[in-house]
Amino acid sequence: MNETMAFPIEKIREDFPALHQQVNGHDLIYLDNAASAQKPQVVIDTLKHYYEQEHANIHRGVHHLSAAATDKYELSREAVRQHLNAEHSHEIVFTRGTSESINLVAYSFGKAFVQEGDEIIVSALEHHSNLVPWQILCEDKGATLKVIPMTSTGEWDIEKVEELFSSKTRLVAVSHVSNALGTVNPVEKIIAWAHERDVPVLLDGAQAVPHMKVDVQQLDCDFYAFSAHKAYGPTGVGVLYGKEKWLDQMPPYQGGGEMIKTVTLEKSTWNELPFKFEAGTPHIAGGIALKSALEYMNKVGLEEIASYEDQLLQRAVSHLSEMDGIDYYGTASHKAAVLSFLLTGVHPYDVGVILDKLGIAVRTGHHCTEPIMQYFGIPGTVRASFAFYNTFEEVDRFAEGLKRAQRMLS
Amino acid sequence: MSIQEAQEELIEEFALFEDWMEKYEYIIDLGKDLAPIDEANRMEENLVKGCQSQVWLAADFDGNQLTFQADSDAIITKGIVSMVTRVLSGHTPQEIVDAELFFVDQIGLKEHLSPTRSNGLVSMIKKIKAYALAYSMA
Repeated sequence: MNETMAFPIEKIREDFPALHQQVNGHDLIYLDNAASAQKPQVVIDTLKHYYEQEHANIHRGVHHLSAAATDKYELSREAVRQHLNAEHSHEIVFTRGTSESINLVAYSFGKAFVQEGDEIIVSALEHHSNLVPWQILCEDKGATLKVIPMTSTGEWDIEKVEELFSSKTRLVAVSHVSNALGTVNPVEKIIAWAHERDVPVLLDGAQAVPHMKVDVQQLDCDFYAFSAHKAYGPTGVGVLYGKEKWLDQMPPYQGGGEMIKTVTLEKSTWNELPFKFEAGTPHIAGGIALKSALEYMNKVGLEEIASYEDQLLQRAVSHLSEMDGIDYYGTASHKAAVLSFLLTGVHPYDVGVILDKLGIAVRTGHHCTEPIMQYFGIPGTVRASFAFYNTFEEVDRFAEGLKRAQRMLS
Repeated sequence: MSIQEAQEELIEEFALFEDWMEKYEYIIDLGKDLAPIDEANRMEENLVKGCQSQVWLAADFDGNQLTFQADSDAIITKGIVSMVTRVLSGHTPQEIVDAELFFVDQIGLKEHLSPTRSNGLVSMIKKIKAYALAYSMA
């Protein structure tokens, strides 16, 4: 393990004010990054500056502030396009988050393309956000959900994937990276299989964008959803990337200002992409600050982030492997920096409470992936999820805290 | 012993502990000492669901007093529910309806009374109060 690498961890930590506080008398160790990441000062400053100096509603006003805010908001859309390497900025739709992005597709794509008897493919590894919208759609339309089964290592049972396709398959909706287990799914394979059959693919990228380079053209996915707040940006902002050819054919998701071209009392016509899908006044400050978050990540370097986070994970795995009585969940060979486990015979809630008393924030519970927990027959797991601002020393203290929890609870 | 006195007794017990760790070790011991709920009572309708840990709660009314049996899948929650049943069991429905529970806060476990912690304890107390209210009106 190379700890003397040139990763500028001290400088990075200075940029995140929330990391410098005490919780229950201990220096905070924040290992709940898969739920939401802390914000760098530049993101906070962008939000503050917007509300202090730049606020006006966008896309309508002729006055200076409105024009300036509109420019900044649209520059952010362009920054997202570049970050995902989408072909056009009008393929980037701003939403409230990953869940809304997926709900948008379920509603709009579903309305246009899904009929009774059709089939949607998801996987057993999905977050509820990428499961429930499809269940609702299937119930509404009389369609069927087909589920890629999971193996004991927390990976797709890849040999079962192709047989799920049929002439009735209308869409594949799967996660790029599992939030509960950290598994990086072989999405390239499923996209190839789907496209051989002219079936579009939606990727839930909530857990991928904060940790790796995502290139939607290289992936050739048809839809890609992520949330700003997991990628060091503000809450309440998300992105839906969709290929123009699909977005063009999909009806609007919600009605209201911005999404219309003309309105009479009898009938309305829709605005062009992406505004067709952006009804009402959006989270303007959040949209603008998302650009700051993406710029920050790019400044650190996406490859450097992935490599450093993997070292954090390996160090944690190495510590835990020296302990007895640890049950691991999710042991895929290709993983993001997520460690999901239980102390044998101990409820995850109890571990979470003791770690919290030591100033260590982890997630406990089912992580909104109840089917995964049902598969393993457990109430939930303890999940430590790392970000590039975590340190090796924090990983060591986490392991010590875990040993203490084990002594108390066993 | 009144509900008030039972709470004060628990607060005194906890005053002996120097730090949070000793308090939690005691709660964990209380959880281990609490007999599991009778199998017959481990049924769906006695389950109080929290987001994180689950609590089973069974009530028995002898025509005058209510007694409670409780259990949880998480040991810290189980230790705390054992204290709640110790405080509230063996009282009339009206006494339970009128009771103000302050001991969890006062022994320094306020976070467990926070509804956002979703640990089942708040739901359990609500359910106990609902039982008591129903019997007090019967």
